[in-house]
Amino acid sequence: MNGEAPPLIEVRGLRKYFGSGNAPIRAVDGVSFAIREGETLGLVGESGSGKSTIGRLLIRLVDPTDGEIRLQGRDIARISQRQMRPLRSRMQIIFQDPYASLNPRMRIRQILGEALDTHGLAKGKARRQARIAELLDLVGLSPEYAERYPHEFSGGQRQRIGVARALAVEPGFIVADEPLSALDVSIQAQVVNLLSDLKERLGLTMLFISHDLDVIEFLCDRVIVLYLGRIMEIAPTGILYRQPRHPYTRALLAASPTPDPTQRPENRPLLAGDIPSPADPPSGCVFRTRCPRAQPACGETIPPLTEVAPDHWNACPRVSEDSGQMTEDGKGGARDDFDTITQGTSS
Amino acid sequence: MEQLTYVLKRLFARRIVLIAAVTLLLIVALSIFFPFISSVDPNGISVMERLKAPSAEHWAGTDELGRDLTMRIVWGGRYSIMIGIATALFSVIAGTALGLLAGFFRRLDAPVMRVIDAMMSFPDILLGISLVSILGASLWNVVLALSVVYTPRVARVVRASTLVIRELLFVDAARALGVSTARILYAHILPNLLSPVLVQFTFIFAYAILAEAGLSFLGVGVPPEIPTWGTMIASSLQYADMAFWTIVFPGIAIILTALSLQIVGDGVRDMLDPKLRKSA
Ligand SMILES: Nc1ncnc2c1ncn2[C@@H]1O[C@H](COP(=O)(O)OP(=O)(O)O)[C@@H](O)[C@H]1O
Ligand SMILES: [Mg+2]
Repeated sequence: MNGEAPPLIEVRGLRKYFGSGNAPIRAVDGVSFAIREGETLGLVGESGSGKSTIGRLLIRLVDPTDGEIRLQGRDIARISQRQMRPLRSRMQIIFQDPYASLNPRMRIRQILGEALDTHGLAKGKARRQARIAELLDLVGLSPEYAERYPHEFSGGQRQRIGVARALAVEPGFIVADEPLSALDVSIQAQVVNLLSDLKERLGLTMLFISHDLDVIEFLCDRVIVLYLGRIMEIAPTGILYRQPRHPYTRALLAASPTPDPTQRPENRPLLAGDIPSPADPPSGCVFRTRCPRAQPACGETIPPLTEVAPDHWNACPRVSEDSGQMTEDGKGGARDDFDTITQGTSS
Repeated sequence: MEQLTYVLKRLFARRIVLIAAVTLLLIVALSIFFPFISSVDPNGISVMERLKAPSAEHWAGTDELGRDLTMRIVWGGRYSIMIGIATALFSVIAGTALGLLAGFFRRLDAPVMRVIDAMMSFPDILLGISLVSILGASLWNVVLALSVVYTPRVARVVRASTLVIRELLFVDAARALGVSTARILYAHILPNLLSPVLVQFTFIFAYAILAEAGLSFLGVGVPPEIPTWGTMIASSLQYADMAFWTIVFPGIAIILTALSLQIVGDGVRDMLDPKLRKSA
C-alpha cells in the first residue's frame, strides 16, 4: 500500500518474559516487525498469545526483557520513564475494558483535562474548555457530557471517551488493544466506524489488536499473526485472507465465522486442543503440537520468517509447495461500512 | 453533590443503617450542644445528693459526689467522642500513608509490612497499656497510644486495596499519558481508597471509645478528673453494688455509640464496589 514510507516504529528481537527462575512466562519471544507511517497494522492471535504485551511494550507500559523498539529510528526500549515522558504524547493506547479504563472518581472534563495538562496543551480555562468540547465532538459525544462521571455512560460511550483521552495529546501512533471485545455487537460497528473515520481524518498510525478477523480485514492494511509470543505470518490484509500460507493462519480463518457459512472451504483445518503454556513452549515451531502438517523435523529448529512473496512473510517451511490450493475462497474485497460485515455474524 | 445524594440514598436503603446514623447524630449533637443550653453544672458537687437513684430530677441518678449523671454523660460524651474521632483521624492518616506506600512501591512493601505485622502481633489492649505507661496518662497520650494501636489495621486494608487499584486500567492509562507518580497516587489511587478508609474510620472511632474505657478501667487511661464515659465507669466502680446506675448509664452510652458506628461502618462496607470489597 505504502511500501516506500519509512517505518514509524520498528521492533527487533523483542522479548518479554514474566517472572524469573527457570520457567518464566514467555509472553513475547523474539518478534520483529515494522509499522509504517499512516498504516494500520493488525495483530491477531488467540487469547494469551502475547498481543496485549506487545502493545504495552511498544508504549513502554511494560519493560522489555530484550530487543529494540525504534520510534522514528530512536531506540526507546531501554530509556528511563523520565526520558519517555515527552515521547508519550506521540504514542497512546485504547484499552479493551472501557469500564476499568476510566477513573470512576473523575469527571470526563478532569479525565481529558489531565491528558492536556500532562503535556502542557490547551492552557487557560477558555482554551481548555474548547479543546475538551472539540475532543468530545470528535468522538461523537455531546460537549455537555464533560461534567459527568464515567458511571453515567454506556460501554460504547465510555470507549469513545477512552478514544478522546488518547487523542487529546495528538499522538501520531495509537495502540488499540481489542477496543471492541467488551462491547455489544451492535455497538462494535459504531466504534469500528469511528476508528476508521479518525484514522483517515487524523492520519493516524495504528496497531490494531483483535481476535476478530472480520474487523481486522475491514480496518487493517497489513496483519501479523501471533502464536505463543511468536510471529507466524505477516502479510498485506488482502493477501493474508486470500492466500494464507501458515497452517495456523489457515486454521484461524477457518474458525472465524463468515457471513455466509457455505463459503467456508471444507479442506480447511479447524484448531484442535489447547494453546500450550507460554512457560513451557514446544521446541522448534511452537505451533507444531496443534498443527495438522507437523512433522518430526518441526521440533528441531525455530523456523525463521521468510519472505515468500513481496511483503508476505511466513514462518512455516512446509506449506510453500502447496500454497496454490488455498487461493480464492471468496473472502476479502473492500467494504464501505462495517455493518455489512457484522450482520449475520455471531460472536 | 448528586453523587453524594446517590451514595446516601443507597446507604440508607437499609433501615437499620438509617436508625444507627440518626442515633449517632443525636449523640454527637447532644454532646456538643446540650452543655450550652442546660444550666446544670456537670461538676456541681452536692454531698446531700450522693448516689441518688434515677428520678424525675436526676434522670440517670447521681454519682458518688452527687453530680448529675445525665449531665455528666452528655458532658463526658464530648471527651469520649473527641478521643474516638481524633484516634480514628490520626490512624487513618498514618495508616493510609503507610499502606499506600507499601502497596504502590514494591520495594517498600516488605519492610513496611514487616513492621506493621510485628505491631499487629501484640494484643491491642496490651500495646495500648504499654504505650500509655511509657508516655504517661493524659488525654492526648491516650489518643496517641490508641492511634499507634490502630494504624497497622488501616495500613493493611489500604495496602490491599492499593494492590488492586494500581493494577486497574485507568492507572495504566495515566502512566501511558506520562502522569507523574505523585499525581497517580493522589489523583487516581487515593480517591478510590475513600470507601475502605471510611469504613475503617467508623470502626476505629468505635474501638477507640471502647478501648479508652478499657484503659481507664484498668487505671492507665485518661486522668479521672476528665469525665470520659470510661473514667466515669472506672471511678464509680466501687459503688456499683449500691448504685448500679453509675456504671450502667455510661455503659449504655458507650455501647449505643459503638454499635451505631459499627452498623454505619458495615453499611458503608456493604455498599462498596464489589471489586474493592474483596480486599477491604
Ligand atoms: N503482568 C503479567 N504478569 C505475568 N504474566 C503476564 C502478565 N501480563 C501477561 N502475562 C502473561 O503473558 C501471556 C500473554 O498475555 P497477553 O499479552 O495479555 O496475551 P493476549 O493479549 O494475546 O491475550 C499470558 O500467558 C499472560 O498470562
Ligand atoms: Mg489481551
